Amino acid sequence: MRSDRAAAAAGAIVLPLLALLLLAAVVAALLAALLRLAGYDAATALGALWTGSVGSTYALTSATLVRATPLVLAGLAVALAFRAGVWNIGAEGQLMMGAAAAAAAALAWAPALGHLAWLAALAAGAGAGALWAGIAAVLRRRFGVLEVISTIMLNFLALHALSYLVRGPLQEPFRINPQTSSIAQVARLPRLLPWIPGARVSWGWVIAVAAAVALWWTMRATAAGFRVRLAGANPSAARVSGRVDVDRVTTRAFLASGALAGLAGAVEVTGVTYALYENISPGYGYTAIAVALLARLDFLGIVATGIFFGALESGALAMQRDAGVPAVIVSVIEAGLILLALAAGLWRGSVGIRRVASPVIAGGGP
Amino acid sequence: MSAEVGAFLEAAVRTATPLALAAVGETVVERSGVINIGLEGVILAGAFGALLGGFAPPGAAGAWSGSAALGFATATACGVGTAALFAFVAVRLGADQIITGTAINLLALGATGALYRSLYGAGGAALSVATAGPVVIPGLSTLPLVGRALFAQPVVTYLLYALVPAVWWWMYRTHAGLALRAVGESPEAAIVAGILPRRVRWRAVLVGGALGGLSGGALVLAQAGTFAEGMSAGRGFIAIAIVVLGRWHPVGSALAALLFGAASALQFLFQAMGWAVPYQLPLALPYLLTLAALAVGASVPTRRDDGRRIARRAGAPAALGTALPGGGWGNAPGRRGLSHRTTTRPADAP
Repeated sequence: MRSDRAAAAAGAIVLPLLALLLLAAVVAALLAALLRLAGYDAATALGALWTGSVGSTYALTSATLVRATPLVLAGLAVALAFRAGVWNIGAEGQLMMGAAAAAAAALAWAPALGHLAWLAALAAGAGAGALWAGIAAVLRRRFGVLEVISTIMLNFLALHALSYLVRGPLQEPFRINPQTSSIAQVARLPRLLPWIPGARVSWGWVIAVAAAVALWWTMRATAAGFRVRLAGANPSAARVSGRVDVDRVTTRAFLASGALAGLAGAVEVTGVTYALYENISPGYGYTAIAVALLARLDFLGIVATGIFFGALESGALAMQRDAGVPAVIVSVIEAGLILLALAAGLWRGSVGIRRVASPVIAGGGP
Repeated sequence: MSAEVGAFLEAAVRTATPLALAAVGETVVERSGVINIGLEGVILAGAFGALLGGFAPPGAAGAWSGSAALGFATATACGVGTAALFAFVAVRLGADQIITGTAINLLALGATGALYRSLYGAGGAALSVATAGPVVIPGLSTLPLVGRALFAQPVVTYLLYALVPAVWWWMYRTHAGLALRAVGESPEAAIVAGILPRRVRWRAVLVGGALGGLSGGALVLAQAGTFAEGMSAGRGFIAIAIVVLGRWHPVGSALAALLFGAASALQFLFQAMGWAVPYQLPLALPYLLTLAALAVGASVPTRRDDGRRIARRAGAPAALGTALPGGGWGNAPGRRGLSHRTTTRPADAP
């Protein structure tokens, strides 16, 4: 029994690693082909990708892990929602609102709270994310609005709200740049590796990994996790069983998903940027969908795919700088991977099989 | 005052045109039981296609100097190509429609951005394309108030005027339209009636792709006059919301699109009237309106037995979002189709 568990735990770590290596090989091949096609020097570009992502301690600790932190948290948000049968495409907006709330809380409360200011900022971020997701959750539950559409609309609204905030109420006192002033030292997350000079990765990374482990355990070992899995896997069966209030479970999962995405934004502000900008997120919430899907919605796997996409995006920026290859090419890779995995039927058994039309989509009603 | 209102109506129809084209296309797609979330990517691909065909490099002449007509042709082709990729994965392979659509959006965003930068440089000066200017219809355009709004528009708007009744007639008065709606309601019943659902869905998605591409073309050639990365800016999603609001009916979709065009055009009215609001508010208005419209227009609130309020979606095709029975490549009933009694597969998910 014990050894079974040990084997399962080892499998949970080894299998994602193997898959990750395979993934890296596929991406390198795909990218090389794309670059050839577009007429770039593939060797130079891939070299830049390597050195800019994992080729040095500096790149690893100041670029890859820094970028992976919000990707893992937002990836967890997406995976939790998808597991519960909620198509939350709005991690991007929830992340932005979380970042805004964290910055506002840190600026307003840092003097009063002292060394607890960072905690208040993170809580405010998670709360704002949950609130932003809550709009879509209410629209879904009360009015049957497809959350795919409403969360996307809320993403655009968050973008405009952020643009208003950094030019209006939250703008720095000199009113020159569209951003807030820097948050106080007590509201910042400390560096994780202070003994390595220049390593920018903060304790936010630990928060992200801890969240992944906590979610993994919750889904596996608690009744709440079981209800979420049941409601997501087969809502009608869950409803008929009479033991699961599907509406309530999915709504709560939706809110928790928003809170995680909001936390991602808060961690970005308190751990990396220390201020709120208009373009605080280079599309983390959208990349997070690929992060979650490629991990097959497995919470521990998301740590691996999060690092993978963090490395890919950091490397892409280096590639743009050193080889002139547009960094947006990463989106093509991400989309290509999702489509390839769909075509290969990788998700039969997790999300690919979810063909049962939910009452919200099909109008069946219970 | 009436000059301002006239200009407002003109802007409303102009901004509604791309939305209406995409929404009418998506209506056809959704009536076949497929929801193409990738419409956003289809529109973006169409916009990029319009740039490919419509951009005239300075000094170049002859075959490569672009024209608006060529731009619309390449826009449509790019839209169809993108939709074909979606159809292959979601219809032929039977993968999840929402995930496939999301991937298509990501793909279109990355591919158009990367191609734009590598073909036309990293940006800076915006490229101007051959634009399709308004064609004033003599007589009708002198009607009071709505004359110029309806009859001094680019050709593509007039195409839309013809398209809406044509799609209505095709959908409700022909066998092919009946087959389309049958597949959207019950693929099994359609198979029994000798219809091949997979083929119907393929064609519907391609028609939607053509109109989505045309929509992107209208955005570039009749509205913006240039291409920018990610310029579809959520119009694909708004168009899907419009389909819901228009109750999956082509005429309803076109009218709902007009409402959204008016909301977008409000910012011009605000400027003209000199009202002081934060400039983000009119920009955010279409998205706000989408949410509000979906909340009031999309559903019929009902009470469940236990007294809880739930929402039932009004008028949606019954098989919307579901994969075809049987899966695989099969199409004919004898092979695999009817081995499943319903469209839904047992979910043996974790």
